[in-house]
Amino acid sequence: MADILKQRGDTLVVAGLGAPVWDTAAAGDHALNFYTWGGMGGAAMIGLGLALAQPARRVLVITGDGELLMGLGSLATIAVQRPRNLAVVVMDNERYGETGMQDTHTRFGVDLTGIAKAAGFRASGTVYGAAQLKTWIPRFHRDAGPLFCDVKVTTEAAPMVLPAREGPALKNRFREALLGAKAFE
Amino acid sequence: MRKVGRKNNGESRVAGHDSRSLMSWPDEVHAILRDLGVRQVGYVPDTGHARLINLVRADRRMRAIPLTTEEEGVALAVGAWLGGERSVLLMQSSGAGNCINMLGMANELRVPLLALVTMRGQWGEFNPWQVPMSQATAPSLAAIGVVVQEVARAAEVGDTVAAAARLAFSTCRMVAVLISQRVVGAKEFK
Repeated sequence: MADILKQRGDTLVVAGLGAPVWDTAAAGDHALNFYTWGGMGGAAMIGLGLALAQPARRVLVITGDGELLMGLGSLATIAVQRPRNLAVVVMDNERYGETGMQDTHTRFGVDLTGIAKAAGFRASGTVYGAAQLKTWIPRFHRDAGPLFCDVKVTTEAAPMVLPAREGPALKNRFREALLGAKAFE
Repeated sequence: MRKVGRKNNGESRVAGHDSRSLMSWPDEVHAILRDLGVRQVGYVPDTGHARLINLVRADRRMRAIPLTTEEEGVALAVGAWLGGERSVLLMQSSGAGNCINMLGMANELRVPLLALVTMRGQWGEFNPWQVPMSQATAPSLAAIGVVVQEVARAAEVGDTVAAAARLAFSTCRMVAVLISQRVVGAKEFK
């Protein structure tokens, strides 16, 4: 995760609940990180609303396989809008990590990349291992979207880094960093 | 099987179209949304919203965003607001229940959310499957923290939407306008 975000520049980051939130925070807190502590299934759509509102900025959604599976239709909705500045990256450990490591559907072969591709994402791929990820990271930040990448990761738990969690504080911090004084008009 | 359309004259009276402004309320709502600078319009189609959706699609200042389910529109509104844009969510009452957990997120975030909900399952309804969600719409939206404003006359839709939008965007709250089936007309099965 740290490698993905090292090259972020002024990218706007939406983290889907669970491990992607802890790992995004662990890579370094940032005012342009929006951490979701609820609303499971909504991360990609938050990314779409943000990407349409800020067409000149890159938007990176980093979420988990379980979170995305709860909002699979959003891949179709995003594909219809075709935002060039949106990338959706799934950290896919094939498990529901917050509830006791139960298998997700991807564990049984459900192919999220195939679904994104069939929906009409401009770029899509599945990544196995660090070497492959290295070639994909610049694409997350640069390639014409909508881009989808399913990154297969291990089930090994990283140390939990818990970011701020109060909704209005997260919202206002993000909006102020992005919009300046206009955030409070 | 009963042929519904053939002997339906009584039911069209039950539907209670307010013909005075039947054509005008979607135009009025479109103008209000445009003047408020609403840019993103998430929608799940409904006959009652058909004209408004067409007006939005024809308006280059707005972006019509078809959703596969209503809760997507709640998350979309959160993203739009984070990015500095106003949005509106168009749906029918059948979709209100789909949104509840996602509305919990908008509630916690104090993100302004304006939802225009056309009602099914009440005034002159024919389809019994529409009734339970319809009757649960206002209480369930209220339970998750949405301010609910109901409107039963076409002539009052514009004012109600304008007031609801002001409440939503000025106080950072979720507001739903429930537009009665009396305004949109009961669906005729024929």
